[in-house]
Amino acid sequence: MAENTYLIRGAAILGGEAEDLLIRDGIIAARGKDLHDDDATVIDGTGLVALPGMVDVHTHLREPGREDAETVETGTRAAALGGFTAVHAMANSNPVADTAGVVEQVHSLGRASGWVDVRPVGAVTVGLAGEQLAELGAMADSRAQVRMFSDDGICVHDPVLMRRALEYVKAFDGVVAQHAQEPRLTAGAQMNEGAVSAVLGLAGWPAVAEESIIARDVLLTQHVGSRLHVCHVSTAGSVEIVRWAKARGINVTAEVTPHHLLLTDELVRSYDPVYKVNPPLRTDADVQALREGLADGTIDVVGTDHAPHPSEHKECEWAQAAMGMTGLETALSVVQETMVETGLMTWADFARVTSFTPAVIGRVADQGRPLEEGEPANVILVDPAARWTVDPHKMATMGRNSPFKGKELPGSVVATFFKGHPTVLNGKLNTPYRYAGNYPTPDAAGAVSGS
Amino acid sequence: MKHLLSTENLSAFDAIRVLDTAEEMSAVGDREVKKLPALRGRTVVNLFFEDSTRTRISFEAAAKRLSADVINFAAKGSSVSKGESLKDTAQTLAAMGADAVVIRHWASGAPHRLAATDWIDAAVINAGDGTHEHPTQALLDAFTMRRHWSQLNGTKSTGADLRGMRVAIVGDVLHSRVARSNVWLLRTLGAEVTLVAPPTLLPIGVEHWPCKVSYNLDETLEAGVDAMMMLRVQGERMHASFFPSTREYSRRWGFDDARLRALDDLGMKDTIIMHPGPMNRGLEISSAAADSPRSTVLAQVRNGVSVRMAALYLLLSGDSREATAATAATPHAVSQPTKESN
Repeated sequence: MAENTYLIRGAAILGGEAEDLLIRDGIIAARGKDLHDDDATVIDGTGLVALPGMVDVHTHLREPGREDAETVETGTRAAALGGFTAVHAMANSNPVADTAGVVEQVHSLGRASGWVDVRPVGAVTVGLAGEQLAELGAMADSRAQVRMFSDDGICVHDPVLMRRALEYVKAFDGVVAQHAQEPRLTAGAQMNEGAVSAVLGLAGWPAVAEESIIARDVLLTQHVGSRLHVCHVSTAGSVEIVRWAKARGINVTAEVTPHHLLLTDELVRSYDPVYKVNPPLRTDADVQALREGLADGTIDVVGTDHAPHPSEHKECEWAQAAMGMTGLETALSVVQETMVETGLMTWADFARVTSFTPAVIGRVADQGRPLEEGEPANVILVDPAARWTVDPHKMATMGRNSPFKGKELPGSVVATFFKGHPTVLNGKLNTPYRYAGNYPTPDAAGAVSGS
Repeated sequence: MKHLLSTENLSAFDAIRVLDTAEEMSAVGDREVKKLPALRGRTVVNLFFEDSTRTRISFEAAAKRLSADVINFAAKGSSVSKGESLKDTAQTLAAMGADAVVIRHWASGAPHRLAATDWIDAAVINAGDGTHEHPTQALLDAFTMRRHWSQLNGTKSTGADLRGMRVAIVGDVLHSRVARSNVWLLRTLGAEVTLVAPPTLLPIGVEHWPCKVSYNLDETLEAGVDAMMMLRVQGERMHASFFPSTREYSRRWGFDDARLRALDDLGMKDTIIMHPGPMNRGLEISSAAADSPRSTVLAQVRNGVSVRMAALYLLLSGDSREATAATAATPHAVSQPTKESN
């Protein structure tokens, strides 16, 4: 049997009719009924849904700098297991990904690992300090081909700087991904400001701190004719503003995390920092508005905001704990639970918000493509009937901070094909894809995480 | 009751049991030998991450009157100030065989963390956490109110609640753990509570609380009050624009001499004036009010010892607590939790 040929038999393509997919040499060689290839490894797709590999627009891989939290290797293993074939690695590493050198390092680490496409996100400002533009053009022209820029974790709150960033990225078809958080309104903020924070005595993170920045940014985007992406929208009011902006023809896209689609601030009553995240978990009314917004296209994509932390950063007082949750290995299941099983979306819609549109926003060639003949074979097989209980200790990510621990969720990733190579088979990690040709070896960059 | 973490979830039964037990304990304070052997051989740790001499010595006196061994652990000058985590501190105390931990912490929810994790198996008493709760303060306030209310009604205080009593809590509700604990406990005991504060010092979400809210102290007085509870206000709050100046605060929300006279003019001869201390004389309360016969400030301090004796006694020698061996702590590397964004 040829090593690079796989025949998937009878999988429901995007949840539709069952068909066969023949994968050969990295591309979908054929799609149809009763395909034959004597050389192919046959995979029974009965009962499975075939989807395009998921593309995460918002991942924290922590390397370089916090290899005790996650590495490119462990984070991308988690991504492959979660059904992803591409992730956007956020810039808040140490050193910050604000130069061509750092984004090329992350990019080459991703290639060396070979589990998914690693698309580095460049910082908007030097050191995420919000004072001076980073060399966005150099990052765009680098081998990492950066198109998305974000100071994620910190809001580009200076309106002039935000305006300039939006203008500048037009030169290379970039997008500014904003972490919308008015800093003065959220000084010391610990959780959503509302009925629960009033009782718990935790400093509030008001919805208006997110919404006011989004309102400003969509108007700036319109004014300068650029492209804006709003990270992890978390409030009903934000959905309203994005809806209004789109109706005005403003070029804005928005993302929601799986955790904001399922969890509310009621969980904070436990004071368990596993529920501490930024933006914070909101109310049930917000959760419902986010689901509706994702279903009707106001919110374009799901982004995990996968944020692994070492256990000592969560085993402490709430106020001392780091913000963030892991999400790569639970994203598919949570979106199935909240959007598909509720009847709000079909699997074709799922493919739109987890693959097609994220690839367009990030300008990722060869990802988020239709499952058609001649297209790159980034394909996943999902068993929608599976049920599993989340155990953070069994995950590939180094982070144990999953807010879904102990929860039963639907859907599991049976196989992930990345560039035609099965990185995941039978729900388990297989082998990474190996690039031909020589991209600068990671050793030359002086830092490498072995596989 | 295994722990005393908040009044929000304290049942009326348990609350009245603490207050009734405190009545018995207060009799001990009237004796020449102010000591009971109830907690002999038990170890109570006062774990204070925030300075509070008043609360600490009150708990210390309470534990000693019950013959417990008391260890005072102040975070300043200890391993905590060298970056030891709450987990490691808790496990260290567990290894030393602490039976109860009285914890004061600047972070809301820290006592809940001690109680909810397997770091330590001791009974946890919240001695004030951040801007969350201060349950023993609310219990001593309720104890003080109940004695007053029972006396007025000519009934025995033991077994009684506070039904019909009108209580105004005035001041910085937003940052006050005392206000929160009082609102929940007074609701449970049947009192009618009105919060009086500048709108800036009330939390978003206060409309869901089981009480009335007013911005006007004089109107609240005119409507009739049986207990005025003045909260401590930090003058520095004016720098964060919570109010324009301490003088304006004092004029609108301070219990000054004019309002003290107003109580007489309005015929409220039995209304008491309470303050959890320490007082800012001239800011939220005038000296005349603080020193008037209506003031219960010192009675509150006295009652605090009785209430804390009751809490320690019920948690440590009550029937509800199982004797379990302290779990052996594993030494961990000292690590400094850092604040990080996603």
